[in-house]
Amino acid sequence: MTVRVQSGEVAALARANRLVWGVHLAVAALLLLLQFVLPPFHHGMLARIMVLASYAIGYNLLLGYTGLMSLGHAMFFAAGMYGTGLTVYYLGFGALPAIVIGLLTSIAVALVIGWITLRTTGVSFLIVTMMFAQAFFLATLYFNRITGGDQGLVLAGRLPPLHLGPLTLNLAQPGVKYNVALVVFTACVLLGLWLVRSPAGRVLVAIRENEERARLIGYNTFHYKWLALTISGAVSGLAGSTYTLLFSYLGSSFASILYSIYPLLWTLVGGVGTIIGPLVGATMMTYVVDITSGYTTAYLIVVGAALVILIMRFPQGIMGAVRARWPQWVP
Amino acid sequence: MGPVSPLLETVNLEKWFGGLRAVHSVDFRLERGEIRAIIGPNGAGKTTFVSMICGRIPPTSGRVIFKGREITRVPAHARVGLGIAYTFQLVSIFRNLTVYENVALAVQRRLVRHSLDAIKDNPRALTAEVEGALAEVEFSPPDDRPAGTLAHGHQRLLEVAMALALHPELLILDEPTQGLAPEEIAGLGALIRRITGNVTVLLIEHNMEVVLGLSQRVTVMNWGDIIAEGTPQEIEANPEVQRVYLGQ
Repeated sequence: MTVRVQSGEVAALARANRLVWGVHLAVAALLLLLQFVLPPFHHGMLARIMVLASYAIGYNLLLGYTGLMSLGHAMFFAAGMYGTGLTVYYLGFGALPAIVIGLLTSIAVALVIGWITLRTTGVSFLIVTMMFAQAFFLATLYFNRITGGDQGLVLAGRLPPLHLGPLTLNLAQPGVKYNVALVVFTACVLLGLWLVRSPAGRVLVAIRENEERARLIGYNTFHYKWLALTISGAVSGLAGSTYTLLFSYLGSSFASILYSIYPLLWTLVGGVGTIIGPLVGATMMTYVVDITSGYTTAYLIVVGAALVILIMRFPQGIMGAVRARWPQWVP
Repeated sequence: MGPVSPLLETVNLEKWFGGLRAVHSVDFRLERGEIRAIIGPNGAGKTTFVSMICGRIPPTSGRVIFKGREITRVPAHARVGLGIAYTFQLVSIFRNLTVYENVALAVQRRLVRHSLDAIKDNPRALTAEVEGALAEVEFSPPDDRPAGTLAHGHQRLLEVAMALALHPELLILDEPTQGLAPEEIAGLGALIRRITGNVTVLLIEHNMEVVLGLSQRVTVMNWGDIIAEGTPQEIEANPEVQRVYLGQ
């Protein structure tokens, strides 16, 4: 009797599992098909949005699933960007080794920054991460002979084509750009999904919900938060690496406070604690900015008003509202 | 008979909050298999004392010894691994997660040896253990509602189920009957009696009926000191205890 009940529950869990993975893969498949129907302008926009959404997915792993709000993620994004961009610019690295360098750089930065900042929580964590990110931003300006500072560096012409077996890919081509962005985005979705549905992800949610209880059922919450911050920083760094490779540019503006605020906004708009939410939020915000700036130079007022209305109507974000109305399995 | 080391011992355990001495140099021994009650008026230092045992609060000075090993500097999460579980005075559960998820978190802690092990999943073993833990406290959750929407008594039962799912050797219950209905109190008493043998229970309790009916020995605290210790009958008859605690 009990055995049957248990196996029934396990089967139900397995079914829900397949559904969740299915929904996420369907989103990736939809993005794959969209490239054949989109006009060139939107094709390019979406490629950029997918990279920015990957960044927001990384951010959301920390905010949505661990409950830590950072205002310093531009540091991780830019660490990936500089790690990759500078090795291409100065050392003539190809795309793949440069991405690995970018990823390692952001992981190293996240490990060190996490070890220091995770001694704080709440507002202090927000402030401390912001301070480190500002120091990083100022450093990119200070060493402008290497980084190019505000002006940045342009990679065009310096990046050798990517050889993948028989394929030779030129990252400057729109079709290649789109599909590389899609591959990176899908990888971030799957990594995020796997993490939050793993037992470790369950502990992260427990920390978000009630850290003291999590500690007193025996979890070393510092270790788990450190793990979450490092993975979050690595995903953000991967997005930064990809951005610099696809759009051939790296500069200090990507390390500025604005780029720490963007992923927070995209996540809040799209839905905190959902994997797809950041994509929805990044898409909406990018298009709202693009459309309104075509009509008025005061477009930020329109954007601000749109945000206020959205947050008032859907405090859980768009995907949060969808999840509340439809079954719980909505990612 | 040679000296047998007790399950738990504290030596000169002391806690200051600023200029306030909450616990005064307490020496305390707890034998294996006991049900021990700690009683005392509000502000006597009971919760502070047990919080230093489970590691939630660091002591100002003194030592905590568990199973013959000094654990004074062992962090709270590692004490759970050594066999100490704690339930809070105000029920503390994961209110937005389901009952299943709440218990699964406790079960998983025991199945996982190291933080990085936690990336492997084994849903079948987990589900079986969660059902076992809930059966042990005779609680079947109504459905998949968030645990925070359950009745208070059920939340308390859930917290105890989580603590037992850790398979502790020492279970510390901080005022477990607070806010429970009489029949729920009786149920909890029966549960505590059922689990002793495997588990040593240290409970802070105000309800004298529960204390007298359940515990083999009672420790009385007042102003951060232990002022008496003995069988429930001895404690009831102790004139000092009657004066400070029973208000006679």
